[in-house]
Amino acid sequence: MNIDTQLLHEKTTGPRQSRLRTEAVNLYYGTFQALRNISLEIPERAITAIIGPSGCGKSSLLRLFNRMNDLITGARVVGLVELDGINIYDDSVDVVELRKRVGMVFQKPNPFPMSVFENVAFGPRRHGRHKLGELEDIVTRSLQQAALWDEAKDKLGQSALALSGGQQQRLCIARVLAVEPEVILMDEPCSALDPVATLRIEELMRDLARDYTIVIVTHNMQQAARVSDMAAFLMMETDKAGTLVEYGPTSEIFTNPRDKRTEDYITGRFG
Amino acid sequence: MLNKGGTLVTNNDRAAAGPAPGGLGRRWRPREKLIEGWIVLAGLLTIVVLLGIIALLMKEGLPIFLHTPPWEFFFGAKWYPVSEPPTFGIMPFFVATFWVTLVATAISVPVGVACAAYLAEVAPARVRETVKPVIEILAGIPSVVMGFIGLMLLSPLVQSLFHLNTGLSGLTAGIMLSLMSLPIIISVSEDALRALPDDFRQAAYALGATRWETIWHISIPGSLSGITAAVMLGVGRAIGETMTVLMVAGGALAVPIAPTDPMMPMTAAIASGIGNAVRGGFQYQALFAIGLSLFVITLAVNLVADRVLERQKRKFAR
Ligand SMILES: Nc1ncnc2c1ncn2[C@@H]1O[C@H](COP(=O)(O)OP(=O)(O)OP(=O)(O)O)[C@@H](O)[C@H]1O
Ligand SMILES: [Mg+2]
Repeated sequence: MNIDTQLLHEKTTGPRQSRLRTEAVNLYYGTFQALRNISLEIPERAITAIIGPSGCGKSSLLRLFNRMNDLITGARVVGLVELDGINIYDDSVDVVELRKRVGMVFQKPNPFPMSVFENVAFGPRRHGRHKLGELEDIVTRSLQQAALWDEAKDKLGQSALALSGGQQQRLCIARVLAVEPEVILMDEPCSALDPVATLRIEELMRDLARDYTIVIVTHNMQQAARVSDMAAFLMMETDKAGTLVEYGPTSEIFTNPRDKRTEDYITGRFG
Repeated sequence: MLNKGGTLVTNNDRAAAGPAPGGLGRRWRPREKLIEGWIVLAGLLTIVVLLGIIALLMKEGLPIFLHTPPWEFFFGAKWYPVSEPPTFGIMPFFVATFWVTLVATAISVPVGVACAAYLAEVAPARVRETVKPVIEILAGIPSVVMGFIGLMLLSPLVQSLFHLNTGLSGLTAGIMLSLMSLPIIISVSEDALRALPDDFRQAAYALGATRWETIWHISIPGSLSGITAAVMLGVGRAIGETMTVLMVAGGALAVPIAPTDPMMPMTAAIASGIGNAVRGGFQYQALFAIGLSLFVITLAVNLVADRVLERQKRKFAR
């Protein structure tokens, strides 16, 4: 195996509380079952990677945690998805409040066609922050946290679309941080970026993992090995429904997988 | 392209030099040339026709200013084309067009954009697919039919609601016109909204924006150029519409003070006057000058909208 495990030692260790939890979750798109019987516990202040072949339901699983599947007509969730012990699919849960606490970064950088400042201020404005001074503080802090401040501080009034792809993605991260979430979901956040920009985002994720619970979907095994503390390997069954093959600390998944299919996948024998 | 000597090699030079070796020589593609020719021809034809119309309007209309100076023509409140001597002041028509268009726009823009947003962002696919064709059919109702409806149904309503002497008023005409511009505003805005990539909406929802906030802060600003085009088409229709306003606006020649007054918009003035005007006479010239003014107004409205959009674009999208 030629996967770089050198970086693994940097990661924080020790027992952690789990924030997100699923129990026997099934997800359907109409009659098609996309996820079957997924149970996992995602620890807080750590990075959990979801890996697996294309179409196995990684994005679907990620979207469970902020109920983005609600936007898809015909999507149906059966089973338990908990944030801090509360079933987020309960009728009493407010999706807006949930999404404030569980932010999301998408595969393709998707800043709004507005200024850099307005992009970061968008979330806080929606949640009742309107004083300009307050917003300026939030924008500054969020951009600093997202390691974009130095590059963007002179461009706050300019269109976000004029930034480079990597800068745009960090802006999207800043935009999420401005809402002060507890959990950040990232769906292949680096797949549209070059290696240098990718590395910057990975460093950023490690920084953020000190304060935030991060769940990342990635196709890049090196990336999963480099940044994640926990890794979940998903695969399709014969009916195309995604199931959890193996879940555990990244070091174990990558150095000593228990399942043959996991080993085959991470060593690049299929997928 | 530069050759070895550093001088510019144009395509003509290269063609004259004969085909390049290795099968890379320029090919003669008759179909491409034909299509290209058609496109150029069609474009030229449009420009020629447009210029022709402008030239005609100017030739027939401008001579009126030898009789009535522009100041009196545009700001005069008295339109007595058959008095001796005749006076041609188009202020009443001008203000009437203003009122009628204002009423029509004030109703059709917010209602139309809201309907479009509902269809594009909220309605289930099944509702959208039924409602949209119906709306598009409404666009095809002949204006004389709309005038009739205004006459029979709306004007009594307006009359009793506002305690007027007559229900035939600018307001009545404006409401009917708003109904006529609505289909086009809804249809074109809906297309614009649906052309907006879903990424922006997803991002907004993921940040905890509600559906309303997403529509208002993301979808509508994001498709503003399309929506503006829709509004321009709708307003253009309202300004230019003739038959309906002729039937329901009331046709009074005084300068209308309130939208509830009976009035005669510019289009109605031309249509009702042209039958009696002697070709080449003063009234004839004056009516053409009204037509020319109408043309300039629509042009100006379009140019202003263009400028606003351009500024908007420069501010945001690169
Ligand atoms: N909106 C949808 N409606 C119906 N089926 C969907 C929808 N989104 C995804 N699916 C199906 O669900 C399955 C899982 O899709 P998902 O996007 O979660 O996979 P993925 O693991 O993220 O794939 P990739 O690595 O290519 O991004 C696929 O079979 C896909 O076709
Ligand atoms: Mg995916």
